[in-house]
Amino acid sequence: MQDYELMIEAYTKAGGLASVFKDSNIAHLVVHKNKVIGKNLVKGLILEPEETASGVDIKLKVEKGIKIQNPVHLCFGVLPKEGIQEINIKAKIEDGAGIKLLAHCVFPNALKVVHKMQAEIEVGDNAYYEYNEVHFHGEDGGIEVIPKARIKLGKNSHLVTNFFLLKGRVGIFDLDYETEVLDNSSLDMTAKIYGYADDKIKIREAGKLIGRASRGLIKSRIAVKDNAISQIINELIANAPEARGHVDCVEIIQGNAQAKAIPIVNVTNEFAKVTHEAAIGRVDKKQVETLMSRGLEEEKAIDIVVGGMLK
Amino acid sequence: MEILRIDKISLNLEGRQILKDLSLSVKEGTIHSILGSNAAGKSSLAYVIMGCCGYLAQEGRIYFRGEDITSLSLSKRAKMGLTLAWQEPARFEGLTVRDYIAVGMKEKDDALIKQALQKVLLEPGDYLDREVDKSLSGGERKRIELAAVFAMKPKLAILDEPDSGIDILALDNIVKMIKELKRQGTTVLLITHRQEVSEIADQTSLMCSGFIVKEGKPKEMGEYFKERCIPCPTKIFPAQENGQAKGGKN
Repeated sequence: MQDYELMIEAYTKAGGLASVFKDSNIAHLVVHKNKVIGKNLVKGLILEPEETASGVDIKLKVEKGIKIQNPVHLCFGVLPKEGIQEINIKAKIEDGAGIKLLAHCVFPNALKVVHKMQAEIEVGDNAYYEYNEVHFHGEDGGIEVIPKARIKLGKNSHLVTNFFLLKGRVGIFDLDYETEVLDNSSLDMTAKIYGYADDKIKIREAGKLIGRASRGLIKSRIAVKDNAISQIINELIANAPEARGHVDCVEIIQGNAQAKAIPIVNVTNEFAKVTHEAAIGRVDKKQVETLMSRGLEEEKAIDIVVGGMLK
Repeated sequence: MEILRIDKISLNLEGRQILKDLSLSVKEGTIHSILGSNAAGKSSLAYVIMGCCGYLAQEGRIYFRGEDITSLSLSKRAKMGLTLAWQEPARFEGLTVRDYIAVGMKEKDDALIKQALQKVLLEPGDYLDREVDKSLSGGERKRIELAAVFAMKPKLAILDEPDSGIDILALDNIVKMIKELKRQGTTVLLITHRQEVSEIADQTSLMCSGFIVKEGKPKEMGEYFKERCIPCPTKIFPAQENGQAKGGKN
């Protein structure tokens, strides 16, 4: 089987729909290690990948006023047991433009694989940018994932990021996303990760609400068991009038796992307000007992509670 | 025929005696109410019957359909046909109302799930795909809890204060639903502090300070409760003070 077919197979296992790669109305880009092995563009979208020694540099642009109708599908991965993949993205979403990206990152056989992503994203005024990233890892845990993003959001714009790593071992994970938000714009960042064995999870998601009436929501849902470790830093800074933000972190631990939540809330304008809530602990006893009172065994009840939180 | 028999159970929590030598018998196919003021031990009794963590009776036995269930786990009791509608139902992020109701069903039946929601005056189209999380009000969660019990079709349903947090318009339907539970073959142990709700039962046990202090017809017990228990400043049944009340009838 060729790399392309193997990538699509792994993509499907990660929850993606293979049919999107056959639809000419849906833009896509498939990158295996440092090779671009599949690409389709649609009108208004500029997507220029350039292969490098260790990955791919990607220029993405959506021109002024263009709204890409269908989600753009990205598939990144390394199929062999060892390898490195460095993805550098420079994205510009011009004024009045909009795009939704759905990225699947697949590393099904990783024993010693490093996946790095460095993104610089500029979203103009009255624009919309949504980035969803779903990871599918193998069961060996020999993977290191390091995604970094610096995002600037113009006025009256909206940013959504969703990161999901729920299938397979996490390995070592170190995410760092930071966004600046201008007037009347909003950011909505969510990360959901399930770690076990000796997985190590580190997340920093930060929002700077520097524009008047800017909005920010940072949400983390993490479950760790066995000897897994997680550290979540959720940071919201508000220094403009009428800026509003909320940080919401829930971590469930089982076994010998360890979890740490560090909410950082920094408000420097008397007319701004940021709230936060964080909860770390074992699965809520009442939730489990409620499901057990309907006839579920304890283990199954815990699975449902954790699965719901990570859904 | 007796579906539930409790023989002289006692429960201590953190050095406090919550249930004292309590005995109770519930007939199959009936609605049996437990009427008592706040802090009488009603919810603790429900948790002991259900086998919740930390609520295992230190003394006494519990029999369900003739079988001693005192040392059985919560799951095993539920699998035998026993369930509890919680006074303050839990929230479940990511779990839809449809899936929550289906948890207790032997086979997922969408039509029955919708019917159960309609019984509690919730429009299925508006609720099935919503999550059982903080976006629902306390009253909505309460009604969904009752719908889940209805759809489970248990042999014995313990309803812990099903009327609390329910608006007056919905209360009539809750009462109808409790009666329908009985019609569908479920025995109901109805825990309440409201005389008028207790009066829909076939039999009432009056509870005070961890004891069943009186048992009889609901109307009669309700009047006693209204005249003697509600005004009582101590909330300690008088006979208890001289050691006469030992879980029996007075």
